[in-house]
Amino acid sequence: MKAISYTIKQAFSQLGRNKHMSSASIFAIMAMMIILGIFFTLMVNVNLVAQNAEDQFDTIQFYLYDNVTDEQANQMIEKISKMEHVTEAEYITKEKAMTIMKDRWGEKSYLLEGLSGNPFPASIEITADDIKYEAGLVEDISTMEGIEEVKFYKEVINKLLAITGYIQTGALILIGILIIVSVIVVSNTIKLTVHAREREIHIMKYVGATNWFIRGPFLVEGMIIGIIASILAAVIVGLTYYKFVDLFSSKVLIMFNSGMVPYTFIVQNLVIIFVALGISIGALGSILSMRRFLKA
Amino acid sequence: MIEFHNVTKKYGDNVAVEDLDFTIEKGEFVFLVGPSGAGKSTCIKLIMKEINADSGTIIIDDTEVSNIPNRLVPKHRRNLGIVFQDFRLLEKKTVFENVAFAMNIVHKSKREIKRQVPQVLSLVGLESKVNSYPNQLSAGEQQRVAIARAIVNNPSVLIADEPTGNLDPDTAWEIMTLLTEINEKGTTIVMVTHAKDIVDRMNRRVIAIEHGHVVRDAEGAYKENESH
Ligand SMILES: Nc1ncnc2c1ncn2[C@@H]1O[C@H](COP(=O)(O)OP(=O)(O)O)[C@@H](O)[C@H]1O
Ligand SMILES: [Mg+2]
Repeated sequence: MKAISYTIKQAFSQLGRNKHMSSASIFAIMAMMIILGIFFTLMVNVNLVAQNAEDQFDTIQFYLYDNVTDEQANQMIEKISKMEHVTEAEYITKEKAMTIMKDRWGEKSYLLEGLSGNPFPASIEITADDIKYEAGLVEDISTMEGIEEVKFYKEVINKLLAITGYIQTGALILIGILIIVSVIVVSNTIKLTVHAREREIHIMKYVGATNWFIRGPFLVEGMIIGIIASILAAVIVGLTYYKFVDLFSSKVLIMFNSGMVPYTFIVQNLVIIFVALGISIGALGSILSMRRFLKA
Repeated sequence: MIEFHNVTKKYGDNVAVEDLDFTIEKGEFVFLVGPSGAGKSTCIKLIMKEINADSGTIIIDDTEVSNIPNRLVPKHRRNLGIVFQDFRLLEKKTVFENVAFAMNIVHKSKREIKRQVPQVLSLVGLESKVNSYPNQLSAGEQQRVAIARAIVNNPSVLIADEPTGNLDPDTAWEIMTLLTEINEKGTTIVMVTHAKDIVDRMNRRVIAIEHGHVVRDAEGAYKENESH
């Protein structure tokens, strides 16, 4: 206990004595984590959208212009039902589209209350007897009058999955580089403190201090740097995402038929990831900076 | 207490000590003398296990130093108080803190530290300087702080590498008086020095080293022909 309180006190006083470098390393790690955070939020949201799309994999939706009447829509349904390979064709009114959305959103459907009017278009939803005929059906039906847009999920999903793959690879490479940079920055910061305390360390070793007694404060110093950076980064990414959801969730909803991942999920996960990463980076950085020092 | 048996240490081709052989008994006060580069500091580093011998054995307190694993080196050093020519005090800490620091390292309680540090400081005659900083002290006083730090954990040996090298003769002699007192309390003392007058006046055992070899080991004066 005595040793622990000594170690922590010493670590904070070292941080204080070395303000500029400490803030520089906090800033570097924080910037790295913010980039990591952006990728993370992007990833989980793209995944959610892809997953939601997959639920509707077996249907193709043809959105109708707002001026298409119910009668016209029913006539279209009749025509489509007679086409080969169409097993089902259903007319979904604007009102029904809204209800479906409310169901899908469950307890978060209150978010829909804020929308002005009903932004969901009416649509015709068809099911093909085999996925391989979908493309052909889309081609035929799209030429009909009154159809504004086709949501053909097979394509969308493939695109999303491809994008997810690219983002993941890119993120991993970038994060790897940034982690290395962060470790180097921290280790240089700690090296400065070690250097400033070189005399003291030598004296401590002569008097019989164990290596862990000497290392302890530097290790804690590195970890504190990591923790501060991770909390700052989590707050910044969390707040930004919160604001983003506020501004864009209804747009995302309309564009992708999908909600956004709630910010609480993002924040909880980022805090865990960031703190674990921050502590590891800090510890690794300080261990590297002391290697030379504590051989014997 | 301290035994060197045929100890050799080389730095590349440069022989620091070779076939060094001597034994220091518990409670002795021994001078290690010799010209610069003779290998005196090397002996101290070997004793502290700051460096390892290439061959031969060193035994301290019945333990062969080469058998001490790295993780137990700190424990080994706690049994050896050490004092240097340049004091090596921490400038930003008070006299009290400089001494307490050695007790912190061995995880002594606050209460023990509060009891023990003033005792040791009064032993070295610095009870009135407890709250001073090193730069407010004379050279002699700084060396006393260093000695207090070295003995506060009750080591069985006090090693001093030219402790009077930076002091004027009177102050040097005061330090010698203090070391004598500490020795009389039972602490073995090994002192490296160049100071012929001090060695002559102390009239103790003198181990003279040249080119890494013991050239003389006798009671008395710095040089043979001046022995009593
Ligand atoms: N770290 C070192 N690297 C190379 N040579 C060294 C080192 N330390 C000491 N020596 C050499 O070993 C010899 C003995 O040195 P030292 O024990 O310091 O002498 P003293 O303390 O008697 O003046 C000298 O020749 C010195 O140059
Ligand atoms: Mg020397």
